[in-house]
Amino acid sequence: MSVLVFAENWDGNFKKSTFESVAYAAGLAQAAGGSVTAVVIGNVSADNLSSLGTYGATKVVHYDGADVNHQGVASIVAQAVQAAGAKYVVFNGTWKSKGAAPRLAIKLNAAIATEVVELPSSTAPFTVKKKTFSGKAFAHVELSSDVKIIVLSTNSYGVKENAVTAAVEKGSGSATEKDNSLQHVEYQKTSGKINLTEAELVVSAGRGMKGPENWGMVEQLAEALGAATACSKPVADIGWRPHHEHVGQTGIAVAPNLYIAIGISGAIQHLAGISSSKKIVVINTDPEAPFFKAADYGIVGDALQVVPKLTEAIKKLKG
Amino acid sequence: MKILVCISSVPDTTTKITFADGNTKFNTAGVQFVINPYDEFGLSRAMQLKETLGGNVTTITVGRADTEPVIRKALAIGADDAVRIDADPMDSLQVATEIANYAKDKGFDLIITGRESIDYNGGAVPGMLAELLGINSVSPCVKLDIDGTTATMQTLIDGGKEVVKSSLPLVAAAQKGMVEESELRIPNMRGIMAARTKPLAVVPGAAAGNAKFKTFDLPAPKAACKMVSADNVEELVHLLHTEAKVI
Ligand SMILES: Cc1cc2nc3c(=O)[nH]c(=O)nc-3n(C[C@H](O)[C@H](O)[C@H](O)COP(=O)(O)OP(=O)(O)OC[C@H]3O[C@@H](n4cnc5c(N)ncnc54)[C@H](O)[C@@H]3O)c2cc1C
Ligand SMILES: Cc1cc2nc3c(=O)[nH]c(=O)nc-3n(C[C@H](O)[C@H](O)[C@H](O)COP(=O)(O)OP(=O)(O)OC[C@H]3O[C@@H](n4cnc5c(N)ncnc54)[C@H](O)[C@@H]3O)c2cc1C
Repeated sequence: MSVLVFAENWDGNFKKSTFESVAYAAGLAQAAGGSVTAVVIGNVSADNLSSLGTYGATKVVHYDGADVNHQGVASIVAQAVQAAGAKYVVFNGTWKSKGAAPRLAIKLNAAIATEVVELPSSTAPFTVKKKTFSGKAFAHVELSSDVKIIVLSTNSYGVKENAVTAAVEKGSGSATEKDNSLQHVEYQKTSGKINLTEAELVVSAGRGMKGPENWGMVEQLAEALGAATACSKPVADIGWRPHHEHVGQTGIAVAPNLYIAIGISGAIQHLAGISSSKKIVVINTDPEAPFFKAADYGIVGDALQVVPKLTEAIKKLKG
Repeated sequence: MKILVCISSVPDTTTKITFADGNTKFNTAGVQFVINPYDEFGLSRAMQLKETLGGNVTTITVGRADTEPVIRKALAIGADDAVRIDADPMDSLQVATEIANYAKDKGFDLIITGRESIDYNGGAVPGMLAELLGINSVSPCVKLDIDGTTATMQTLIDGGKEVVKSSLPLVAAAQKGMVEESELRIPNMRGIMAARTKPLAVVPGAAAGNAKFKTFDLPAPKAACKMVSADNVEELVHLLHTEAKVI
């Protein structure tokens, strides 16, 4: 029985979320019996393809050629699942995967669990834990179909090494004409920044920063740490920060090792999106701010004073 | 332009989540239900499109009679009529199948959903619905313009945005950006009065799902927060390095 994993690449390179999904597939193969086949679509070097062995893929099926959108992914992965006779399909939690997986579920008559945070607690019946209520709770979901699809919540399982030798082979097939009819026009990439969903460290700030002119110190702290930057919803709504930085129940959900919240009150909708963070630091002038109840470490103080000092102290630690 | 907007009835975002019956059910006691926030962006865009292109906006909800206040709110915002598929919505497949069965022979030019429901977070209805109907889907859709029979959209990719084009019909899954927060429609008195007499058709449900939500649990409670003096940030850095081991 084989576990198939969609190993997403960006211009030929894999990211952490790809390795996390391959590692999860390896864990699943161990629990359910079987081996891991990774499906790669696009122009990817031989070295990169075989690097998936590091995380437990014994086979890599490479569909060489142009990159495809989520519909193309669903089309090609459906063919790969049938060719491999796979019973499980694993996706990382990226936009492309979240788009592809539900379409694949219909193509294969498969049940799907999204926002999955752990390996199955049982394989018969197949039961997995997923996030619900936008991070405020978890559900244990039972999937009863022949083929089952898992979409991970990024940063929940983690990247685990499990080195094996990956045999690379060419896949034959391409997206159907119908799936190809969603036309690509152009990419508008935000360059150079650390991807917020994948980030291990996140520095986030809210209305307590008073205005966009004070974000320099937030960015300097993030830079000293090697962290991604984020913000609360009102800050994005009034245009102090771009929309793609808004975290919370109606924004992006994050699960970093460390989340530093500066001048954010800790409203329930904000906490929903960040509660999976392993450690939380709160800096706020108000000792009664609700965020302290969700925090591991807290400083009561003025962000405009504390943040630059914190940046200096971190630089000192890093030498 | 015939537009179908999918509306999910969800607990208000301020709801404190608890469970009942041995953690097998969401405890709805005292919970206020609202239009799924992502669906509000979609409904507001549908109203704008109707105003510029003409046509009709229908909403569809899979749910029992208790979802009707939320459906009436969508009508008060401006939808022309509503459909309720009478069934207990249990998973994404069932909901998508019900909507597809209803929509397949009605000639909708555009189907708008939200990016995901904020309660069960499937994020799967739009893609499933589109696949069942054999049409394109874009999720999340953060910009949607229609020119004749072509839609130009923006979607998110990891590391930026992508502009895509598709012929109609298609499924577009809304989030902020499809309209801005300031463009969200709120019902006015006239809308609320009019909504009372707008048609709300109830159709029996028949579809089945394949995922069962067995039990629920809440995140483990946090230990007390360790306070550090604002004059001693070195102490915080030390704790993060040696105790939490995160930097
Ligand atoms: C449907 C809906 C969905 C929502 N979804 C989200 C969501 O996804 N994400 C989200 O973030 N919010 C969301 N919200 C909004 C949420 O309810 C709060 O309004 C918001 O999170 C507050 O943002 P804030 O903490 O930046 O601002 P505020 O609540 O104004 O808090 C500012 C904080 O800064 C502190 N402060 C002030 N000055 C300083 C200083 N000099 N130094 C340090 N601290 C200082 C204050 O004590 C205060 O605690 C949603 C709301 C609704 C109704
Ligand atoms: C255990 C359990 C209990 C539930 N209890 C209730 C309840 O008490 N009341 C209730 O109303 N629902 C209830 N639901 C249904 C739930 O709210 C969802 O409608 C359903 O599970 C599909 O959710 P999803 O997360 O897959 O949708 P997603 O794929 O995340 O939703 C994306 C979009 O699809 C559309 N959509 C989703 N659900 C519906 C729907 N039902 N009707 C129309 N459009 C929809 C919306 O536009 C939404 O933005 C329950 C579900 C489960 C699993």
